Amino acid sequence: MTKTLRALMGATALTAAGFGLAAQAETITIATVNNGDMIRMQRLASHFTEMHPDVTVEWVTLEENVLRQNVTTDIATGGGQYDVITIGTYEVPIWGELGWLQSLNDLGDDYNIDDLLPAVRGGLTVDGNLYASPFYGESSMVMYRTDLMEAAGLEMPEAPTWDFIRDAAAAMTDRDNEIYGICLRGKAGWGENMAFLTAMGNSFGARWFDMDWRPQFDTEAWSNTLNFYIDMMTQSGPPGASNNGFNENLALFQTGHCGMWIDATVAASFVTNPTDSQVADSVGFALAPDNGLGKRGNWLWAWSLAIPSSSDAPEAARQFIAWATGPDYAALVASEEGWANVPPGTRTSLYENQEYLDAAPFAAMTLRSMEAADPTNPTVDPVPYTGVQFVAIPEFAGLATEVGQFFSAALAGQTTAAAALEQAQELATEEMEAAGY
Amino acid sequence: MARAVTTRRKIAYTALAWIIGLTIFFPILWTILTSFKTEAAAIADPPVFFNFDWTLENYAVVQERSDYMRYLWNSVALAVGSTVFGIIIAVPAAWSMAFVPAKRTKDILMWMLSTKMLPAVGVLYPIRLILIETGLLDSKAALIFILMMINLPIIIWMLYTYFREIPGEILEAARMDGAGLKAEILYVLTPMAIPGIASTVLLNIILAWNEAFWTLTLTTIDAAPLTAFIASYSSPEGLFYAKLSAASTMAIAPILIMGWFSQKQLVRGLTFGAVK
Repeated sequence: MTKTLRALMGATALTAAGFGLAAQAETITIATVNNGDMIRMQRLASHFTEMHPDVTVEWVTLEENVLRQNVTTDIATGGGQYDVITIGTYEVPIWGELGWLQSLNDLGDDYNIDDLLPAVRGGLTVDGNLYASPFYGESSMVMYRTDLMEAAGLEMPEAPTWDFIRDAAAAMTDRDNEIYGICLRGKAGWGENMAFLTAMGNSFGARWFDMDWRPQFDTEAWSNTLNFYIDMMTQSGPPGASNNGFNENLALFQTGHCGMWIDATVAASFVTNPTDSQVADSVGFALAPDNGLGKRGNWLWAWSLAIPSSSDAPEAARQFIAWATGPDYAALVASEEGWANVPPGTRTSLYENQEYLDAAPFAAMTLRSMEAADPTNPTVDPVPYTGVQFVAIPEFAGLATEVGQFFSAALAGQTTAAAALEQAQELATEEMEAAGY
Repeated sequence: MARAVTTRRKIAYTALAWIIGLTIFFPILWTILTSFKTEAAAIADPPVFFNFDWTLENYAVVQERSDYMRYLWNSVALAVGSTVFGIIIAVPAAWSMAFVPAKRTKDILMWMLSTKMLPAVGVLYPIRLILIETGLLDSKAALIFILMMINLPIIIWMLYTYFREIPGEILEAARMDGAGLKAEILYVLTPMAIPGIASTVLLNIILAWNEAFWTLTLTTIDAAPLTAFIASYSSPEGLFYAKLSAASTMAIAPILIMGWFSQKQLVRGLTFGAVK
């Protein structure tokens, strides 16, 4: 009897231990996009699992729009498919307010939350709660060919005006040799041409809505913005510019077809990389242009990691985010792949690190560009929304993509700037009324 | 004279056919070529066709980063599973509509086709909620069923048109010889309709293989097929066209090879029924 009892107790203990182990082993599914820094994080994740042997990491890498759609659907239906999601500064305030994300206020002492760049931190915080931790941040700036600028007899100021950019673009253009003075986004989309035009509009004093949420496309500021953009692109831009997004312009710049390109600061590491870029040794950087109105045409964006409320492994997810976005991650990337490959634009300490500043010639301009963007006060006149190159309301993505189609058509010459603005005003008024603003 | 005209015409038609064929095939050829280039050569301007340093590096990177075999196996399971399942349901359905039509058969056929007119995203949420409730999210079983349902109208329609070509008298003769319903369908009708069934199977496998809405929205890891594999190489910020091309080539290679070997069957089947 005693033997049987002992055997039973032993078996029970073993089973309990087994269950205990099974309960401890957790799998986190991370949804991300196929950007260089994310691929690197995936490669380095073995360091995390070595430190946390009880956590298994699974990756789902998707195209940006598919990722957004899948993550939204998953959260809305409570599917619980993802434990860590990659989202941007547009989604975080909206989703945070809706209760779709878990607060990340407590990522541990090592995380050093005060080290985050204030503008980035502010963009990811709602009512004092940090809802996503920035993985890499970016603004936009002017990237230009120093050799072409010199050949045109010009010198790029550190903080150029739009008039200078227009004149320099015209001077650098050499259509016979397929060199175009200026390359800008023209492809329709809220994150494509509208990100650029909204930020550019800020420097012209344009805004999406006034304080009563009335659309403002019928104002002179928007007319000036769009006409300036179309005139400059027609005069000095590449053919078929209405189809060009970030990647298309990157290809044009790297193959020597652009005199200047105003786009994401993250592109600086690509265009200065001699393996891929034919112009790597003749690239200069300047702040995004202004019009003397106190605002520059640069944006602010941070790809960030967040935990959806539907996650079934929030603790392990929290540990992962603290590791991937913590201060030690930069040192890890530096030791494995060099300082130039450290994800930029999230922490003040990175810009105080001399090794990084030596390895990344664009670091100082990136930081200045990011500091120049103010998501809470993006344009000249006051606005009721936050966001520099977007308006942080759920309706924006759909609305701006449609407006982007009107503007893209105007760039392609299918309609006039005035007609495109009229269409935009009509659509925005209709949509905002329907949404109850 | 007449022979000269015919020969000239033949040459012209052959040339035209080659031009059309190559034009259609060009994007696939370009993808395959790009997959052997470096990222810098992939965006070279002017574009380089064959005169570049061929490299297998992209394939090595893709192989290292992704578990290709898992995606491939999922694609095979989904395409074959949904097709077999669909054929089992569609053969009897098409038989009844072709040989024992009722008053409303035509209406039923039209109604079935009308389900193809519904935008898929319109039923995304209900289907997703059902799968969450049943614990079948990210499972091959659920996707096999969904893909089967999506393609069922096409399978039934194709089989129906093939069956209509078969004279009913042959089936009657089989019946007079004592064949039951099962024997009639299995041993008389099916062997005669083999070309039609084969082309239906092939077309359905291709449709299921290429399906990219449901397979992307209802899977994460366990059931993710090659469509998810390709999607993971599309980049919003960064030029990874060579790697994307390598992933695309690996994803389309199996279906391309299958299509190549079965093209005779496919063409014969497609020109056999009402599609001719």
